[in-house]
Amino acid sequence: MSAFFTKSRARNIFYGGVVFSALLFLALTFHTTWKMPQRDHRENLTAEVVRGKHLWETRNCVGCHTILGEGAYFAPELGNVYQRRGPEFIKVWMKIQPTGVAGRRQMPQFHFSEQQLDDIVAFLKWTSEINTENWPPNIQG
Amino acid sequence: MQLLQYKSQAVAKPYFIAAIGLFVGQILFGLIMGLQYVIGDFMFPVIPFNIARMVHTNLLIVWLLFGFMGAAYYLVPEESETELHSPLLAYLMFWIFLVAGALTIAGYLLVPYAALAEMTGNNFLQTMGREFLEQPLPTKVGIVVVALAFVYNIGMTILKGRKTAISMILLAGLVGLAVLFLFAFYNPSNLATDKYFWWWVVHLWVEGVWELIMAAILAFVLIKITGVDREVIEKWLYVIITLALVTGIIGTGHHYYWIGAPGYWQWWGGVFSALEPLPFFAMTVFCFNMVNRRRRQHPNKAATLWALGTGVMAFLGAGVWGFLHTLAPVNYYTHGSQITAAHGHLAFYGAYVMVVLTIISYAMPILRGRECNPERAQVLEMWSFWLMTVSMAFITLFLTAAGILQVWLQRVIDNPQPFMAVQDQVRIFYWLRELAGLVFLIGLALYLVSFFVKDKPQTVEASDAQPVAT
Repeated sequence: MSAFFTKSRARNIFYGGVVFSALLFLALTFHTTWKMPQRDHRENLTAEVVRGKHLWETRNCVGCHTILGEGAYFAPELGNVYQRRGPEFIKVWMKIQPTGVAGRRQMPQFHFSEQQLDDIVAFLKWTSEINTENWPPNIQG
Repeated sequence: MQLLQYKSQAVAKPYFIAAIGLFVGQILFGLIMGLQYVIGDFMFPVIPFNIARMVHTNLLIVWLLFGFMGAAYYLVPEESETELHSPLLAYLMFWIFLVAGALTIAGYLLVPYAALAEMTGNNFLQTMGREFLEQPLPTKVGIVVVALAFVYNIGMTILKGRKTAISMILLAGLVGLAVLFLFAFYNPSNLATDKYFWWWVVHLWVEGVWELIMAAILAFVLIKITGVDREVIEKWLYVIITLALVTGIIGTGHHYYWIGAPGYWQWWGGVFSALEPLPFFAMTVFCFNMVNRRRRQHPNKAATLWALGTGVMAFLGAGVWGFLHTLAPVNYYTHGSQITAAHGHLAFYGAYVMVVLTIISYAMPILRGRECNPERAQVLEMWSFWLMTVSMAFITLFLTAAGILQVWLQRVIDNPQPFMAVQDQVRIFYWLRELAGLVFLIGLALYLVSFFVKDKPQTVEASDAQPVAT
């Protein structure tokens, strides 16, 4: 075994395996990139949605929440919150934070303007319309 | 006896010390977050959960990078049989990285995140606010500068000296690390494509190029402590990294199930990532095999323990706990739950934390002018090994229990319950996790103490009487 399977043979298998995997991955990525527009509905990426994503990022929302299952696991999933709660609830909810209930998890107050709240809602609505292969399993996220 | 073979290896020392210091910070913030899971308003609004988490995860990344760089500066001169290309550059980069890291953490803690984004040019190039890539733009640029200077320094050293499989694979891993980080600068306004390429940094780091770095470090330490023939060890090394990259690259697909990518990723990602435990299993077998076939009894027993521990815990954390939820039909229910958190903890600890502690355990005594630490220091270090490792295993088990209940109550039963209602019902496991975290902290404290423990004078005489066989 060790006479046949030498170090240089092991090295060649490594090079071959990596090149093959990388090329396959790039090919799949190429195909995915081509298919994605039908699944993420980027035609609906309005200026509002783009601003909403910017607010989402600069307030580090992902430090507590998940979005499409990615982020922190401290607060509810928000990929489908638009369907779960609806636009008005989301805006009112953010306005009344933090609840200040002793011992409960607290969400900071971000002092958003009405426009910014609409932007966030637009971003969450757009996100909720991405084709996620029916994830999450139910409305609770 | 001249212990340090090349003077310039000494640059590794400050890197290791910084790594350990930041490790302590990471654990303290972990404990804060653990408490916030049960006492929701703990430290609010001074340190909200999201800030604590950012500090916890970013410190982890930065201290592991310090550890990798220290490891490279230590082992590359020895492998290449030549002095480091530029020790001065290495010291300079150390200070740049440390100051940039400290400023970033201070920024997180002292300035509201939105204001931090505003003042650091995030509007010019939006890169912040994505998990693990929260760093302000100047920090990200700093990381690139430090990584390039580091790869240059290591690369030049390897180029002028002996080229071994270990140093070449380490270099390949480090170059991959630097190149893939460039995707941190790509942040499209389309969340789905943003996520797709975000994983090119995160997954292709931890389940790709970092595994090369890890395997190379492990192979180096095993050669040193076991005296097994280099040919044998390096052949194993190639097998391990082949398995790692062949399963890991397409295995990225296990992150593409539910983020808007086509459904076929459930097959590609599932099949390939189901094989991802293989490289880790090979590492386990590798470690035990080499230690069993050892040709010398290395006096640094603590380093041997860390090396064997890395083999086992990386397989459990990254391999077994990863496999647990990697298949799409399972992941459909477990995605983004405490199961994910459980896996994340044991995988990072078992693979990357432990491999860095392995090289520190092996190299630090030599950097301090002795082949191994005094017996008492080693015993204490081995206690810290067991306390940290067992408590991390319990953290993982408690989070797994919480995760199974969470998935059941929130996603499986007929009348699924809201997130917070479910969180209230699994509190007991969060308390137990925090308790295990405190034990981890005790283990870490013992680890720190072990660096300062000296043998009693009479024990020195006793060990003089029976010299260690080499």
